[in-house]
Amino acid sequence: MITEALVLSAILFVLGTFGVLVRRNAIIMFLCIELQLNAVNLSFVAFSRMVGIEGQIFVFFVMTVAAAEAAVGLAIIISIFRHYETVNVNNFNLLKW
Amino acid sequence: MTLILFYVFSAVAIGGALGVVLAKSPVGSLLFMVATLASLAGTFVLLEAHFLAAIQIIVYAGAIMVLFLFVIMLLNLGHDYQKDIKGGVFGILSFVVIGLMAGLLARQFSGGGGFAEGPGGVAIDAAIQEHGVVGAIAQPLYTTYVVPFEITGILLLVAIVGAIVLAKRRVN
Repeated sequence: MITEALVLSAILFVLGTFGVLVRRNAIIMFLCIELQLNAVNLSFVAFSRMVGIEGQIFVFFVMTVAAAEAAVGLAIIISIFRHYETVNVNNFNLLKW
Repeated sequence: MTLILFYVFSAVAIGGALGVVLAKSPVGSLLFMVATLASLAGTFVLLEAHFLAAIQIIVYAGAIMVLFLFVIMLLNLGHDYQKDIKGGVFGILSFVVIGLMAGLLARQFSGGGGFAEGPGGVAIDAAIQEHGVVGAIAQPLYTTYVVPFEITGILLLVAIVGAIVLAKRRVN
């Protein structure tokens, strides 16, 4: 059961990384980051069956940080959209050199 | 029985994750994400993390995903069906991803060692017996980990203030 959960977690993490690298829509990139966070949560829960309840407590903190990150990130996307009228990251090249 | 259920949830989670990555519209992507989160909550239940399964549904699928949906609707991106997947990178990366997954699955099903339940599982079961499902996680959270827990509150406050400051329209 733990091994299967870790395999599922690895697959979800790889798919999330793939999405971040391949998609250009900022909101979908954010969703893929959430997918990665969830994959890590699953491995924490799986390892909590080996090590103890601390894994589940850490998942609690990860969820809080994910909520804060989603709120701030979406606010940044909104303010970028006001400026460029798009969320396609190809158009955001202010910091590119 | 639990293993069969676990495989069902895993299949839904992986299908949903593929949907998130490949769906054309952001709304479709988001709904696939909700399916993935719900099936991950199912796997949490199978791993005896009932409280986390509940907040996974309530906080993640309920609150965070609705926040994403609000932003998509606010920016009117629901009709944004333009193809935004990078061609060349997509080809190379999909080979890498499929190779990685095939390697993982081959390693798993060729019986290359595994992780067995340790003392943690027994301790968690005992804590659930003694304090209940919520008490088992609340007991250490409010004693050993009370300082990180309070810092979490400060983090959320900072995030709220930051989100308002960033998204507020400048009034001249």
